[in-house]
Amino acid sequence: MTAFIIRRLLQALLVMAVVALVAFSLFRYVGDPVHNMLGQEATQQDRAELRAALGLDDPVPVQFLRFVGNALQGDFGISYRAAQPVSTLIAERLPATLELALTSALFAVVLGIGLGIYTALRRGGWLSRAVMTFSLIGISLPTFLIGIVLIYVFSVELGWFRAFGRGETVLLWGWWESALLTPSGLASLVLPAITLGLFQLTLIMRLVRAEMLEVLRTDYIKFARARGLPDRVVHFGHALRNTLVPVITIIGLQTGTIIAFAIITETVFQWPGVGRLFITAIRFVDIPVMSAYLVLIAFLFVAINLIVDLLYYAVDPRLRVSDGG
Amino acid sequence: MAKSLSGLVVTGLAACAFATAAEARTLHWASAADSLTLDPHSQNERPTHRISHQLYDTLVYRDLELALQPRLATDWYPREDDPSVWVFELREGVTFHEGQALTAEDVVFSLERAMHENSDMRGLLTSISEVRAAGDYTVEIVTDGPNPLLPNNLSNLFIMDSGWAAEHDVETPQDFASGEESYAVRNANGTGPFELVSREQDTRTEMVRNDDYWGRDQYPMEVSRQVFQPIESSATRVAALLSGEIDMILDAPVQDIARLREAEGIKVEQAPQNRTIFLGMHQGRETLRNSETDGNPFADERVRRALYHAINAEAIRRSVMRGNSQPAGIIMPPFVNGYTEALDERLPYDPEAARELLADAGYPEGFDVTLHCPNDRYINDEEICEAVTGLLGRVGIDVNLVAQPKSVHFAELQRGEYDFYMLGWGVPTLDSEYVFNYLLHTSEGNRGSWNFTGYSNERVDELIQAMGREVNTEARNGLIAEAWEIVQDDVVYLPLHHQVLSWAMREEIQHPVQSENNPYMHHVEFSD
Repeated sequence: MTAFIIRRLLQALLVMAVVALVAFSLFRYVGDPVHNMLGQEATQQDRAELRAALGLDDPVPVQFLRFVGNALQGDFGISYRAAQPVSTLIAERLPATLELALTSALFAVVLGIGLGIYTALRRGGWLSRAVMTFSLIGISLPTFLIGIVLIYVFSVELGWFRAFGRGETVLLWGWWESALLTPSGLASLVLPAITLGLFQLTLIMRLVRAEMLEVLRTDYIKFARARGLPDRVVHFGHALRNTLVPVITIIGLQTGTIIAFAIITETVFQWPGVGRLFITAIRFVDIPVMSAYLVLIAFLFVAINLIVDLLYYAVDPRLRVSDGG
Repeated sequence: MAKSLSGLVVTGLAACAFATAAEARTLHWASAADSLTLDPHSQNERPTHRISHQLYDTLVYRDLELALQPRLATDWYPREDDPSVWVFELREGVTFHEGQALTAEDVVFSLERAMHENSDMRGLLTSISEVRAAGDYTVEIVTDGPNPLLPNNLSNLFIMDSGWAAEHDVETPQDFASGEESYAVRNANGTGPFELVSREQDTRTEMVRNDDYWGRDQYPMEVSRQVFQPIESSATRVAALLSGEIDMILDAPVQDIARLREAEGIKVEQAPQNRTIFLGMHQGRETLRNSETDGNPFADERVRRALYHAINAEAIRRSVMRGNSQPAGIIMPPFVNGYTEALDERLPYDPEAARELLADAGYPEGFDVTLHCPNDRYINDEEICEAVTGLLGRVGIDVNLVAQPKSVHFAELQRGEYDFYMLGWGVPTLDSEYVFNYLLHTSEGNRGSWNFTGYSNERVDELIQAMGREVNTEARNGLIAEAWEIVQDDVVYLPLHHQVLSWAMREEIQHPVQSENNPYMHHVEFSD
């Protein structure tokens, strides 16, 4: 077990280093931040001075080493656009993204598993067929389109929910700005959470359904039925439990995806999270923010993968056997 | 689930009702970009100035018709015995939001602060050699040589309280490049019509009316509270206006204007913006960099003229801009000093003439060239370039279009890597000299810093330098007219159109578009 964790941690570190290097060298070619930072009246000399002050004249390897050295101490530099430490900016924006991501993940997991079981058990029912057809929309429509449609229907036409922003927030534990406890915060959360979770919902639902159908065909289910166990025990005690391994993998990986791809949803809904911070940073060639964001996302994926691997251990006894033997 | 959902619906509705009924004088407005900092001298950038104009006052300002008007200065004139000294008489009895009285010392302090090397405003103040108080309410600004346009440069120059600045250790502007976070970045103590309540960068800035404002009786001041929220996505911006969460948006997307006009309770106000879009051609070098053609066709005035004839600006206005632009014959907007309608007359669209001119110049089969455009800077910039590419193709010019984000476009432009490029230019001083200085003077030293055409004309350079010194308005306007004549004749740039600003707002809001894109919320009246 320990050897396994250490091996996985070393792999994770390697991945992080490669991501940082790639991100860093890539961002050197996205444009020149200096133009955006100075007005049209600035002279060439002003530009040259600013470039030197930002360290943009140094060779890329030097800049990269400086970046890694600082990053290891939790210092991601100063945002060119907001003129504040990147770590502060990200810390300020992260609660918004996490609340959105976790709400939509919860929405996707609960409804996804529920509907998946339902459609598997009532395979021929009209409601199941309707849900399956509808889920095709969730898979095939692009996120921004879903967002815009939801805004037009529920915000412009019906006026039920808010079209943008996060509503009022309250400060929890002195640093976490939460919008989950205010009416306007909740009214702001509904549409983006649905937009962000819809794809995951359909994915989970279809996966649960397929796995469940698969498991229901296996011999041990037949034996269980033959022993006269009630449907409830067969379905939820035996069948569901055995469908969960791949579902946990997908949910784990999708949580990372949700946070990473919150970018589009955050842009559509003007959600003040890290995704929008990243988009604004790209437009402004705010290299410190872009690099930090990419490293953060990579870290998230690596961490989630690690957790998923460990969960396998817990859920699937076969893995423990093979590792021990 | 159903229960909590309906609960949300009710609170959502209640929130809307609250916003419209109980606080009718609150104005929620939005535009694509947020202010970068509240430090008024740190950044020379429109969205930043836009918020500063609510909180701070300037000595003079451009009103809704762009005329220069008194604000903290009641009168200004060059001293009779010495034309290189400008005298500004200050308004008496003005106080800052925290109660300090405005004196000449504050003005001297603010101007000197804006001339500090951290300040992005100092480019507008280079001619100033000294600022001094000549009394409690009189300020003298000394320039090296007479500068007839000095007051024009001060319309975005905000006045701070020197004592407040000392108290909070913000006597120098925020050093933006090194990421300095000073007290002035999130706090403000101006004399302006609104006081800051709260500021969350990129999310929300709330301000309340300054009831002690010196101009309380002079302006309507019907807005008692204003909330500014940037909304980047244009579809969401429009939706927020339609759903009633926002009362006014500054950048209505061109494709939605017709729809907004028809929406109930919404109106669209338009005016030409202080920005003209045009194409530059590198006419100075021997050969083009990104072309198979030998030599440099752009060096020949006939070729440049041919391109001009080949571009159908009216078609671009109609199909690309959906009617929301004003075709231009000159690279400055209509309200700039030196502008005449005759200068703004375009050469006719005439592909036949274009082909003849090309043949005359030795390119009967046309030539190939690369056109560089931004795709996120000007309204429909990439689409305009696509249209140009098609139009030039019809006269045999094979255009390879490269459209890139502005961060890449402008970086490469400034490295002088383009043969043929798009640029838009605004004239904050509202005087032709500004255009000449940056775009048409030979590129050397501090002049011609945005002239990437290689154009160099000795007579034009002489005229430009003379403009800066000439105090007699009539003589000066003569110099400007002569310079324009030469430059127009040489077809240095290919003008396309003046951009049009479109503000969309609820019908009861009365606030015409200000062509610098500066809403002044103390000017707003409600007509209900």
